[in-house]
Amino acid sequence: MLKVNNISVKYGSFVAIRDINIEVNEGEIVVLLGANGAGKSTTFNTISGLSKPFEGDVVFEGKRIDKLSADRIVKEGIVQCAEGRKLFPAMSVFENLKMGAYVHRRNKAQIKETMDHVFELFPILEQKKDDPAGSLSGGQQQMVAIGRALMAKPKVMMLDEPSVGLAPLIVEQMFEVIQKINKEGTTILLAEQNANAALKIATKGYVFENGNVVVEGTSEELFTNDSVRKAYIGA
Amino acid sequence: MANLLKQRNVIAVLILFAIVFPFITNNNYLIHIMTLAFIWIIAVYGLNLLAGYTGYLSLAHAGFFAIGAYSLALLTTKAQMNYWLAFVLALIITSVLGLLIGLISLRTKEHFFAIYTLCVGYIIYLVIDKWDSLTGGVRGLIGIPSPGNIGPIEFNTPVSNYYLVLFFLLFTILVVYRIVHSLSGRTYIAIRNSEDLAQTIGINTTRNKLVVFVISTFFAGLAGALYASFIRFIGPDIGYITITFDLLTYLIVGGIGTLSGPVIGTILLVWVSQQLQFLQDYRMMIFGPILTLLVIFYPRGISGGFIDFRAKRKEKKQNQSNLNQNQQMISAQETSAASNKNG
Repeated sequence: MLKVNNISVKYGSFVAIRDINIEVNEGEIVVLLGANGAGKSTTFNTISGLSKPFEGDVVFEGKRIDKLSADRIVKEGIVQCAEGRKLFPAMSVFENLKMGAYVHRRNKAQIKETMDHVFELFPILEQKKDDPAGSLSGGQQQMVAIGRALMAKPKVMMLDEPSVGLAPLIVEQMFEVIQKINKEGTTILLAEQNANAALKIATKGYVFENGNVVVEGTSEELFTNDSVRKAYIGA
Repeated sequence: MANLLKQRNVIAVLILFAIVFPFITNNNYLIHIMTLAFIWIIAVYGLNLLAGYTGYLSLAHAGFFAIGAYSLALLTTKAQMNYWLAFVLALIITSVLGLLIGLISLRTKEHFFAIYTLCVGYIIYLVIDKWDSLTGGVRGLIGIPSPGNIGPIEFNTPVSNYYLVLFFLLFTILVVYRIVHSLSGRTYIAIRNSEDLAQTIGINTTRNKLVVFVISTFFAGLAGALYASFIRFIGPDIGYITITFDLLTYLIVGGIGTLSGPVIGTILLVWVSQQLQFLQDYRMMIFGPILTLLVIFYPRGISGGFIDFRAKRKEKKQNQSNLNQNQQMISAQETSAASNKNG
């Protein structure tokens, strides 16, 4: 469904990722593991069109998308849920969600339906829908971020470190929701440092180090891989 | 009392006051000052959409103001065109030039955009100043007709001009209000927040920025055209950088990125600077420090400061009521515990 072929991305003269190959099939949960600065976010930004590769290409449903602008790629059906829970802090939760459906702005009935679905996944958001997004707790902000990404009805949703800075219990809930979203038919691409939690729900994974993919395999393979265990699972 | 301060009522009272103002004063000078202030407010609203809501500080605003004014002046004096036709054409010319300049200048961001548009504004000024055969150079253009009659209504007295400008001001406020409260308004705020983020939710930032840039220049042109036919004489200095910074000062004092900011800031500053006229340029020694303090302590101006103050008060009230509720709950629990003990 989504194929990343040999992409390399530079920031100035610094090569952030080199020769990355990723393949995502429909219905999968694919996890990118790696420490900070390993190149996970750059890979995401390249798929979502914010960064342009100087080598390689990205193909989505048989169509090259690496030359398209970021907003066009959202229309194609790939939506990124950015790291650090980037919201519009002054806007209410409701407005934030509504902005997520920007590409479907003419289809009011669909927006309502998707919003109801988001409130079903995160009931707390319905209670807080008139509060400014900036006033919510970290976990709730993450919910708004995921909810906003869902509002675009993506075929592929990319989640950049959804567990960062959250309490363990909330992390668990978050991964349950991600799994649920996946079961409902959205393909998920997940960047995580929390390998333990991520590999439990993933079908396969890629391990990033210094801008390269060093190991790849199904989640069972990665789970039992010694170097991965040592580096990311800690047992 | 709280009801009296409701937004809708305040707006109604202000509009009513603006309508009866000429009857209250009967002073042509005051009406003249007020009309000029209204013209500035229209231009400031244009600047506010771009700089306040979208986060793109354009310093070419006076340039577009001048383009609107000169287009109207040239079309009516040199081309002898019907006033209202020239008026509409002036707005179209300004917007089209805005579109062309926007296409190039919006490739830059933040400080670079400000610097770039500063240069654009200066170039517009230079063109007007040096193109003697067309614009009359430093001598300017005289004999600009006052607005043409609409049916039986004539616009050759200060009071009639006042109402004409007031009409366009209310039109401007209505349009800006509608934009800000629509999806477009939220889109612009999203772009101000973070362009990358806006793009990742599917907003075509390039197109939206261009649209808001053109709307902004349209209002600058509208203000310029009204200015030209109100003052009936224009010189190149109306396109000079100082006008841009005057507009920007009005916006910052009133509250950048707020709906009421342009009205509050412009009327306040125009009025204060009239009162301080006897100090001549030494006025700036008073304005400068006040502006600095305002930017430090109330970065969103008078209007923004008021909004924050109200939000804080509301929050306090809410906390208080939550606290009361908790206390009630605790005391209720205590009494039930006590009664349990007794029972």
